[in-house]
Amino acid sequence: MISWYVTQASSYAADVDDLFLLIALIVGAFFLAAEFVLLWLIVKFRARPGVKARYITGEKTSETRWVNYPHYLVLVFDILIVAAALRVWSEVKIDLPPAEERVRIIAQQWAWTFVHAGPDGKLDTADDIRTVNVLNLQVNRLYHYELHSKDVLHSFSVPAFRLKQDAVPGRAIVGWFRPTVIGEFDLQCAEICGIGHGLMPGRVRIRSAGAHAAWMEMAPRMPQLASVTPAMPATGAPASFAARAASVEASAERERGNR
Amino acid sequence: MSELAVHPAGHHDQGFVKTYLWSTDHKVIAMQYLFTGMLMALIGGFAVYVFRMQLAFPGQSVPLFGRVSAGQYNSLVTMHGTIMIFWVAMPVLLAAFGNYLIPLMLGCDDMVFPKVNRLSYQIFLLSAVVLVASFVVPGGAFGGAWTAYPPLSANAVYNLTRYGATVWVVAVALEFVAFLLGGINFVTTAMNSRAPGMRMFDVPIVVWMIVIASILFMASVGPLLAGAAMLFFDQVLGTGFYDPATGGDPILWQHLFWFFGHPEVYVVLLPAMGIVAEIIPVFSRKKLFGYRTIVYTAVATGVISFFVWAHHQFVAGIDPRMASLFTITTLIISVPIAEMLFVYIATLYGGSITLTTPMLWALSFVAEFLLGGVTGIFLGAAGADIYLHDTYFVLAHFHYTFFPIAIIGAFAGITFWFPKMFGRMMDERLGKIHFWVTIIAFNFIFIPLFMTGAAGDHRRIFDYSGFPDLATPGLQRLRIIATMGLVSLLAVQPVFFFNFIRSMVRGRVAGANPWRANTLEWSAPSPPPHGNFAELPEVYRGPYEYSTEDREEDFWPQHVPDDSPAPAPAATAVGWR
Repeated sequence: MISWYVTQASSYAADVDDLFLLIALIVGAFFLAAEFVLLWLIVKFRARPGVKARYITGEKTSETRWVNYPHYLVLVFDILIVAAALRVWSEVKIDLPPAEERVRIIAQQWAWTFVHAGPDGKLDTADDIRTVNVLNLQVNRLYHYELHSKDVLHSFSVPAFRLKQDAVPGRAIVGWFRPTVIGEFDLQCAEICGIGHGLMPGRVRIRSAGAHAAWMEMAPRMPQLASVTPAMPATGAPASFAARAASVEASAERERGNR
Repeated sequence: MSELAVHPAGHHDQGFVKTYLWSTDHKVIAMQYLFTGMLMALIGGFAVYVFRMQLAFPGQSVPLFGRVSAGQYNSLVTMHGTIMIFWVAMPVLLAAFGNYLIPLMLGCDDMVFPKVNRLSYQIFLLSAVVLVASFVVPGGAFGGAWTAYPPLSANAVYNLTRYGATVWVVAVALEFVAFLLGGINFVTTAMNSRAPGMRMFDVPIVVWMIVIASILFMASVGPLLAGAAMLFFDQVLGTGFYDPATGGDPILWQHLFWFFGHPEVYVVLLPAMGIVAEIIPVFSRKKLFGYRTIVYTAVATGVISFFVWAHHQFVAGIDPRMASLFTITTLIISVPIAEMLFVYIATLYGGSITLTTPMLWALSFVAEFLLGGVTGIFLGAAGADIYLHDTYFVLAHFHYTFFPIAIIGAFAGITFWFPKMFGRMMDERLGKIHFWVTIIAFNFIFIPLFMTGAAGDHRRIFDYSGFPDLATPGLQRLRIIATMGLVSLLAVQPVFFFNFIRSMVRGRVAGANPWRANTLEWSAPSPPPHGNFAELPEVYRGPYEYSTEDREEDFWPQHVPDDSPAPAPAATAVGWR
């Protein structure tokens, strides 16, 4: 159902969508059945003159089974959903298939920096390519990402990949994805990260092998900036604080004015 | 308690301040909590009006507010969440109904610690003032969401609200202290002050629920209070509990927050469930189906709720293997909750149902909460949560739980106990207009938001125009429908306030027991005087003996001895049928 809205652009996107569909069918059936019974009882047992309600304690086995059987059914379906959910979870978040390339993602207030391995396929070499807010990928290549944050929590989210992972300062979090569709998709920060939270949209550009190689030829090299510096929070100097607050509000206003 | 019960009713002449502001009477304190909660709901409602207008019509001036900046948007979102949970749901459901109902339903004259009770409200009022004050401090109110994750919340250089974040932490901590004091009172009173003859399984369900909720709150809030103190030190003293640069860990806060935060969901859910459990038997003239089952499932829910917190953190950077454990516990908690809803539905079977306004609210609680419950399964299932986490799907899910709890539950309780509180009936016609518009508008808000969430709308974004996949006319149309739903919902609330105030002054006189109900509060005069009962009642049976087979009357109050004739219906009934 999610694919009605968002392209399935990674190897595991369809599995996440199938899980969503499975849950939707199970809980949808339960939901409709419960609502139907509720409405039916309300209509059927409306007060009528001269008809007294029945005295049912709900403590006898013959009575409780009407509640218990649906209740056991809930448990059975819970187990089914747990199994399906953990299979998908394990595929996306626990398994780590061997990488063909590694990409470093650095989140900060309020921009994304991507360090691509460049033509040699290795990070931290002279041909690394560093971009801001655009992640460049080659289709059908298995990437490991290495996620950093320079300041506060952010969340690396690519809906088309069905992937989301928080970036935590002080940690390098590793995961994987394999893009399967050529195209361009939204990249979001999904964890509130301050005033500019809505102003850090990124894009994922997925190209064929040839087009990706051509892009690498054209891209500027900035290896000296590729290393991650640990977050150094300024300790609340009032002057810098005020200046920063003013400039952020001003840039937010400019952004709005430009539209 | 009985020696305290000799206050002669109505003999006090203490002046306005002593009677209404400095009172130790549980009913006055309950009203103080109720009215403070309603006032805060207006502030929370105004906040959501402003930011939903911004989402529907980005960049345009919002009537009564003006243009919304990104910083203001974050502050409004944060304040809406904080206020609605801590300053509306908690005081109205737990404190107002708890204070009002526990002594009356247990048949005693007041809480066991009346002065602690008064102190609880005074600290709560102070916390509300502190929170509202954060709107006017330099830099504005805190804008890091109601979950206040550090490092954003811990350092003004990141959140850019120099004082707002600190004021927020102080207000929340004060509020917790207030509810700790209240909780001690609720639990002690229920244990010690039951009327003679009332066994634990003769206690009305709503009292059970409020007591269990209070225990949950007291058991879970300690870690968060400690966490709030550390956050305060990080902000003010420059310590580094949550700062990785000095060896701290930002994820620590998330554990402390959600270890409290998930039981907190049940802290407000259980009282609402209890209110519904009181209303459904009265208006279907039926004994509650499986009384003990409800008590056991509530206890089970409470226990399990301590083991589910990390489902808020699946993608937060915790060890991914932990997700297996928390997926299992999260889905397991659906079992007792589903059981409770099934029991409520089963109670209707064979009943004689009258759709009064309180009954409509109670039934709609079940109908709407079902959708909130089943959509939680998507989010508890770790694999699906990868996609849905921090989207509007989550937001729509928890509004389908919290709106039934905090709004529908509160309206159900207020319309049901209004005759007891003020001695007069509310207007049924206005009540039903208010009910139907509110319920329909509510669904128009959140069904579209399930769709935008499934389409990838992430939360707390003040403007989607930077996201080409999200800035589509189709999704914008859904956002506008949601905002229109919200505006209709807010627009109909004056009907309720008008009905409330007019009925208080000019409503039909109710009598002691207008709904022909069984529980003890209906044996006291309406409104009950200081000291509640002219003569403390004794209890002879459970609270839900409706339509028993060998009696002509279809109700059998708890305080009526077995051999005496039933009270004459004409004396008490005011013709709600």
